[in-house]
Amino acid sequence: MAEHVVQSPLPGVFYRSPSPDQPAFVEVGDTVSADQTIGLVEIMKQFAEIKSGAAGVLTVFSVENTGVLGPGDPVATIETD
Amino acid sequence: MRKLLIANRGEIAVRIIRAARELGIQTVAVCSEADVNALHVRTADEHVVIGPAAATKSYLDEDAVLAAAEKTGADAVHPGYGFLSERAGFAQRVADAGMTFVGPSPEAIRMMGDKAQARETAAKAGVPTVPGSDGPVTDLDAAVAAAEGVGYPVAIKAAAGGGGRGIRIVASADELRAAIPLAQAEAQAAFGNGDVYIERFVPSARHIEVQVFGDGEHFVHLGERDCSMQRRRQKVIEEAGAPGLPAAQRAAMLDAAVRLAAAVGYQGAGTVEFLYDPAREDFFFIEMNTRIQVEHPVTEMVVGRDLVREQLTVAGGAPLSFTQDDVEMRGHAIEFRLNAEDPTLNFLPSPGTLQQMRMPGGPFVRIDSGFEVGSEISPFYDSLVAKIIVWGETRDIAIARALRALDEVDIQGIKTTAGFLRDVVDTQEFRDGDYHTTWLESWMSRPADTGKQSA
Repeated sequence: MAEHVVQSPLPGVFYRSPSPDQPAFVEVGDTVSADQTIGLVEIMKQFAEIKSGAAGVLTVFSVENTGVLGPGDPVATIETD
Repeated sequence: MRKLLIANRGEIAVRIIRAARELGIQTVAVCSEADVNALHVRTADEHVVIGPAAATKSYLDEDAVLAAAEKTGADAVHPGYGFLSERAGFAQRVADAGMTFVGPSPEAIRMMGDKAQARETAAKAGVPTVPGSDGPVTDLDAAVAAAEGVGYPVAIKAAAGGGGRGIRIVASADELRAAIPLAQAEAQAAFGNGDVYIERFVPSARHIEVQVFGDGEHFVHLGERDCSMQRRRQKVIEEAGAPGLPAAQRAAMLDAAVRLAAAVGYQGAGTVEFLYDPAREDFFFIEMNTRIQVEHPVTEMVVGRDLVREQLTVAGGAPLSFTQDDVEMRGHAIEFRLNAEDPTLNFLPSPGTLQQMRMPGGPFVRIDSGFEVGSEISPFYDSLVAKIIVWGETRDIAIARALRALDEVDIQGIKTTAGFLRDVVDTQEFRDGDYHTTWLESWMSRPADTGKQSA
């Protein structure tokens, strides 16, 4: 069983949905494609999308919504087969 | 006013603390856990840590800010710009707690914060607003009739849109007939609301704003600023005054801004923003900002008055310290926003530690910053590192001074926009004052050999 750990490219605040009144991009247990957005990181009032980077099942988020990320911090784990 | 809490961070917090200190007012800084070592915290007489790094949990947390004010015995709160500065509810809560809010009344904030109400208030005060259809247009004939009255080109805008989204420009009735159904369908798909309205489209529009001040009884202007140098609708360079603005239009704009301030019995510092059409020499009200603005120093430099000091004295109950006749503009001032961004990587934010921070000095150069060598530029807040403000007897002298000042910037540890700003100032268009709100982005997209100077 292979795992892919999604890392944050940038430091900032992590968001699981595009805006507070919208549903999350993905839920734990969802199947995702490699170029699918799984969250946003806010840095200096700009928002960058975090892509899954691998196809598979998202098994866990390593950071909670509005949690703080450092560069390279794990965001989520994707089970790839 | 004995003790002022500053509900902000960075350069504007330092700016406000300085004005308070000159008035003999004690100062309380608030900060997030990420800002405990920040300059504004060390500049203030005391400070309170109000929450974690994320602004929503600290600087935007009204309860935490009010608790800090109560705990320290502050009798006034200055919101700065951004954060809580234009929340009518927060201004009300400050007043309800028996403290002075340094800004206009909650009613004035509310009225100007609502686009439709602000536009209506402006129209009633005889301030021109952008010509357009009276509400959404449903059938094509009504749309064409409205556009005839407005004059082509017109913009078809989604009622539920904003920030430049959902806009189509058409130049004739034929184009309009073709575009309306598409615009309605797009608006429905994008915003869940298919209503569209029609507005005059102004090509090459300039953003010119008027600084106003009121004490509830007297209302004055302190001249205009040109903030047309923008990237993604963010101001990059601001000037006082506006280059090439005809005297008659300038006078009419200043008058209109004062009329609007008077119409709402305005108290404190405010800015009335206009869209200026250089081709038709027409101007239209956009909105009023009910706070001190980032670019207030250029106005201070040409009128020789401390606007933040005036905010504090007026909030403390004093009348305006000057009349309109006392306001004289002298020379020209330009402000540059030095941001922690990498211009070579599409302005990617560049947080980090300022290992070196050598800022320009010398005659008529002013630096407003919340940082110094060793400071951390945090990823949690905006990217403004410092404002570089220069003054000159003429605009040409101010430009020469700006180039000299930008050359003196030496910042290590993060990327900044200093070189980019210098390139912009050095263009013929900037020197000629021949630019508008979308000029910068078109200049940036030009091939290197036809327009841009090398860094």
